[in-house]
Amino acid sequence: MTQAETDVSTPKFLRDKYAIIGVGETAYTRGMGRTTRWMATQAVRRAMDDAGIKAGAIDGMLSYQVNDSTPSPVVSADLGIRLNFFMDVMGGGSSTEALIGIAIGVIEAGMCNTVVVFRSMNGFTGVRMGATGRAAPALSGGALFGPVYGQMSPAQMFSHTFMRHMYEYGTTPEQVAHVKVFHSRHASNNPKAYYKTPLTVEDVVNSRIIVKPLHLLDCCVETDNATAIIITRSERAYDYRHTPARILSVVGRVTKPRGDMHYQHGPISRVAGHYAKEMLFPNAGVGPEEIDITGSYDAFTFTTMLQLEAYGFCKEGEGGTYVSDGTIGLGGRRPNNTSGGHLCEGYTHGMNMVIENVRQLRGEIDDYCPEDGGVRKHTYDYTPGGHCRQVRDPNITANLGWATPNTGSALIMRKG
Amino acid sequence: MAEMDVLTGEYLGMRLALSDIDVENAEFFRYCGAHDLHLQKCDSCSLLRYPPMTGCPWCATLESTWAPVEGVGTVYSYYEVAHAIQPAFRDHLPYLVLLVELDTQRAQPSPDEGLRIVANLVDAEGQLAGPDLVAKVGIGSRVKIVYSDAGENFAIPNFALDESAEQPAPWRYPQE
Repeated sequence: MTQAETDVSTPKFLRDKYAIIGVGETAYTRGMGRTTRWMATQAVRRAMDDAGIKAGAIDGMLSYQVNDSTPSPVVSADLGIRLNFFMDVMGGGSSTEALIGIAIGVIEAGMCNTVVVFRSMNGFTGVRMGATGRAAPALSGGALFGPVYGQMSPAQMFSHTFMRHMYEYGTTPEQVAHVKVFHSRHASNNPKAYYKTPLTVEDVVNSRIIVKPLHLLDCCVETDNATAIIITRSERAYDYRHTPARILSVVGRVTKPRGDMHYQHGPISRVAGHYAKEMLFPNAGVGPEEIDITGSYDAFTFTTMLQLEAYGFCKEGEGGTYVSDGTIGLGGRRPNNTSGGHLCEGYTHGMNMVIENVRQLRGEIDDYCPEDGGVRKHTYDYTPGGHCRQVRDPNITANLGWATPNTGSALIMRKG
Repeated sequence: MAEMDVLTGEYLGMRLALSDIDVENAEFFRYCGAHDLHLQKCDSCSLLRYPPMTGCPWCATLESTWAPVEGVGTVYSYYEVAHAIQPAFRDHLPYLVLLVELDTQRAQPSPDEGLRIVANLVDAEGQLAGPDLVAKVGIGSRVKIVYSDAGENFAIPNFALDESAEQPAPWRYPQE
């Protein structure tokens, strides 16, 4: 007997019918000195300005948080938006793509017309992932199967999976370190990035161990910031300032068998994308080979690698080669996280990686290239340090959101 | 009727408590308190499951019976913590968190499944392993269950090297 097979033949009738028309964010900081309400208001307003729309054109709002952020109604009030729909859901990583899907659903249900999704977090100065700074309550229930063993932070919870991948496939620390190396080079061409210094493999593997197999530089940077994305029907999407990024498919919070403890069902080096891809690509009508840019969530160097492998960008077990052979760097076959991602740009539980791909598809990446009459003239010189990070004429991008080895979301967009 | 704790304890300075409404977990830890490993066995498909659950993950049968299980197995994966998040572990660095696959029900009901238990590496007395022991254990190590007492009728299941077993050379993280 095995677990019941889940049907993955979901409908494709919304392919290309929805689009992202505006994106916005605050600075990525460690010490914003502002409330999550203030940051959310800033990010949503910038997304509205980016789209070129007024408050009256937005009537839906979604956000995600882990009891660390502001509710939608105060942000909408701060911007004079009257909502026909809002919902603030629990969740960190993998929420962005899932909420874009929910936004499509509520518009399709006739509940509203245009939705803004935001994430606002003081991820460094406020609530930190896995931290227990305050007097800890008694451990009970599920905490007696994890935290009682000193298994509490994401680095700890995920490392059984990371280590097992090294064991099964001979993946080396140096191969995985390349994720950080490439993302740091990308970030060095990103004026917004918190860490802009290009790093080497030696920098990564010589940094101190946090949780073996993770060095300090295998782990992302925690930051304070807010990010926002505006979604509407494609038929309206050309009324706004920028070329829309049209949504080919989205999957949200797909789990492996045994949603409670993924390591009961192996191979444990295989993450949720293995299941998510069975809907993601058929629904989009494209395969991995047609993707020009990926945004594989980099809470850790390993999460980027495991997802690229699970979604079929390389064969199972070949993730170490894929992330180290130049493919994922700017100028390579399929760059990943051209902003520098969570490892270098800032930590937003995934939304900045979607924003980056929207800008890539527009051909309007905010790098160091010279502007001429308000239009940036991209040089396509990807040399690290103050240069270009616009990919040449990208058509299709994929975002791969990560919550845990067990849970993931994904989004495929095309140039409008 | 108000919820109340039926089991309380303390372990490495951490307070532990199990509520009377958390029936499945309280039962599991009562057995642990008696230094016994019992898991739920499905009344329909007879598969054992871990951790305690309120239904069968294979056949959705709600009824189960607690059954004794032998606490021996192999380290399936592990990680070594050098930077502690929880104050309780700061005096015990580095510590090893094991994912132990029990011999019982190994590769059942499908080749990729098994009863895999998260626990710390401890010595034969149930104390967190010191640096010498931490460096000796890796994927493939044969281990057996040892209980770390945490109060009256309360203990935390952990694993120690199985001295009676033949030990293969364990697989360890390559950068050492």
